[in-house]
Amino acid sequence: MVERKFSIKRLVELYDEMLSVPHRTEIARELRDEDDLFLLLVYSDMLGIPNPAFYYTLELYPYIIEKFHDWHLRMGMEKSPLDGIRCC
Amino acid sequence: MSGIWLALAGMIVFFLGYRYYSKFVAEKIYKLDASYKTPAHQMEDGVDFVPTNKFVLWGHHFTSVAGAAPIVGPAIAVYWGWLPALLWVLLGTVFAAGVHDFGTLVLSVRNKGQSVGTLAHKLIGQRAKILFLFIILLLVLMVNAVFAWVIANLFISYPASVVSVFIQIPLAIWIGYTVYKRKGTMLLPSLAALATMYAAAVLASYVPVLQIDLVSYFGGEGASTPFGLNATSMAFLVWIVILMVYVYIASTLPVWKLLQPRDYINSHQLVVGLLLLYAGLLVTNPEVTAPVTNTTAETSWFPLLFITIACGAISGFHGLVSSGTSSKQLNKETDARFVGYFGAVGEGALALVAIIAVVTFFPTTGDFTNTYSSFTESSAAGLGVFIEGAAQLATGLGMPAQVASTIVSVIIVSFAATTLDSSVRLMRYIIAELGSEYNIKPITKMHVATTIAVVSSAALTLIPEGPRGFGSGGYLLWPLFGTSNQLLAGISLMLISIWLKRQGRNFLPAFLPMVFLLTMTLWAMINQVVFEWSGVGEAEASWLLFTFGAIILVFAIWILITAISTLSGKGNKDMDMSA
Repeated sequence: MVERKFSIKRLVELYDEMLSVPHRTEIARELRDEDDLFLLLVYSDMLGIPNPAFYYTLELYPYIIEKFHDWHLRMGMEKSPLDGIRCC
Repeated sequence: MSGIWLALAGMIVFFLGYRYYSKFVAEKIYKLDASYKTPAHQMEDGVDFVPTNKFVLWGHHFTSVAGAAPIVGPAIAVYWGWLPALLWVLLGTVFAAGVHDFGTLVLSVRNKGQSVGTLAHKLIGQRAKILFLFIILLLVLMVNAVFAWVIANLFISYPASVVSVFIQIPLAIWIGYTVYKRKGTMLLPSLAALATMYAAAVLASYVPVLQIDLVSYFGGEGASTPFGLNATSMAFLVWIVILMVYVYIASTLPVWKLLQPRDYINSHQLVVGLLLLYAGLLVTNPEVTAPVTNTTAETSWFPLLFITIACGAISGFHGLVSSGTSSKQLNKETDARFVGYFGAVGEGALALVAIIAVVTFFPTTGDFTNTYSSFTESSAAGLGVFIEGAAQLATGLGMPAQVASTIVSVIIVSFAATTLDSSVRLMRYIIAELGSEYNIKPITKMHVATTIAVVSSAALTLIPEGPRGFGSGGYLLWPLFGTSNQLLAGISLMLISIWLKRQGRNFLPAFLPMVFLLTMTLWAMINQVVFEWSGVGEAEASWLLFTFGAIILVFAIWILITAISTLSGKGNKDMDMSA
């Protein structure tokens, strides 16, 4: 975290952040759950759930590969559980 | 004597405590290390573990611990005169609360951000965890039931505040929705919402149509209504049902829709409230009319004073906040002094101004002693006197009296409502946790857990034998609030002492307040459980209080024995004691 110079703008930002922090965790968790659902939709074909939009979602792979890596680590799997995806 | 002198004396003590004592504790006792990698960095995940600026974290910590409790306790405890209450708030904050809030934060940071409940489990054993869960469940149940009554009571006493409080709900939903969609900041919309609320409060103070006075809708105080209730009881019933439906919805909705924007607006109110009180104090320069000590008190201050003022002097609930969320977000270990110790000082400053508002409110000492004639009377009158006292300070700033009391009651209702829906949410989480621990699947579901939380709180609230009339059933258990809260603080101080001793450091700064606090709390508990509630003494037996009190007492003594053996080096040594 970089210490920044004091200014009124910075003070207002600090105050805003102070009041937003209490719910930051829950909101981040809710957003992460939504992302996880999206991840499941994109990878559904590989999990055996037919996905008619498979060829289109294929294009999204490069964008979500990092999220997939975070997801399997979060789920307690050290290595990627899908053979087709070697993120680590 | 002027009330300003009390404020000044308090501020000097707080300043010295923070400047010197907390520095000593930080450097010599907790030995904070700026290079230590805190859990926020060790396990940074963008959700629970996030390194956060120390000012931001202090603000979060302070707004989480400051609520209606540091106002209610001191407003009652001035029954024994202003000096005992003032001394306990000042010395308690400097030597007990500061060390406790700061210590639980450091202890948790040194143990991967784990909460005091988990640490007590590791250190003392499973029964410590069960006691923690049991006490927390009981605390939140009491808070739900009592705060529902407090809000209903304020709505009935100050009908002009109702519109202002209810207007906040659609405003909060609108803010939540627009901010979530547009990803903007809440600052300006929430300030506009606050201005709208206060404008509504001012308008409602003068326009009777905008005052939602249920008692008069039901035909005035003595009128009879369906179910054989009089108009006042019926008004309580209607408000409590509305509140329970509201908390059910509020605690099951995603937080960004209602809770976050509402809490955001209410946090401004904390700032407004504190500014209003301290500025009013400076401008009006009121005289202290309450006696220094109450020499004719029928109820002894010892040891009751120490459990009457919990939040504001020391409170176990703060340890749950310190170790539950703040420890996971601490950027540098050295920030713990500012966040933990100064957080306790902020709470002390709120309790201090509550004392001043009450002891300067009455025109003469006689008026004070008439209202504060007994401990029971004081318990019933405390919050009302604070509202009137605070309104009197606000009138010094040029505010008309009726507007001032409406705005102060809006602020208090907002605090109480924030506490109410956070505690219903917390109760829902604990019920779900118990469900997963004991493998009772149905109660792990959100709506089932919330229904249990809301229905049990409503049932307790509406027990017909409520000591303050219909709807005040929460007060049946309320005498346990202070003791169980202080017991949590005592156990947390004990964990800190054990940790310090294992590090080979001077553990007296945590150990001495622990001995004091546990002695006072257990003394008060034994007194209440054995002589007041069991029916052995002159007082009538109260089986509800006796059962819950006895369970807590037995657990507490059991834990104390285990902890003493741990402290003397014979007990469980599982805890990670990385220095």
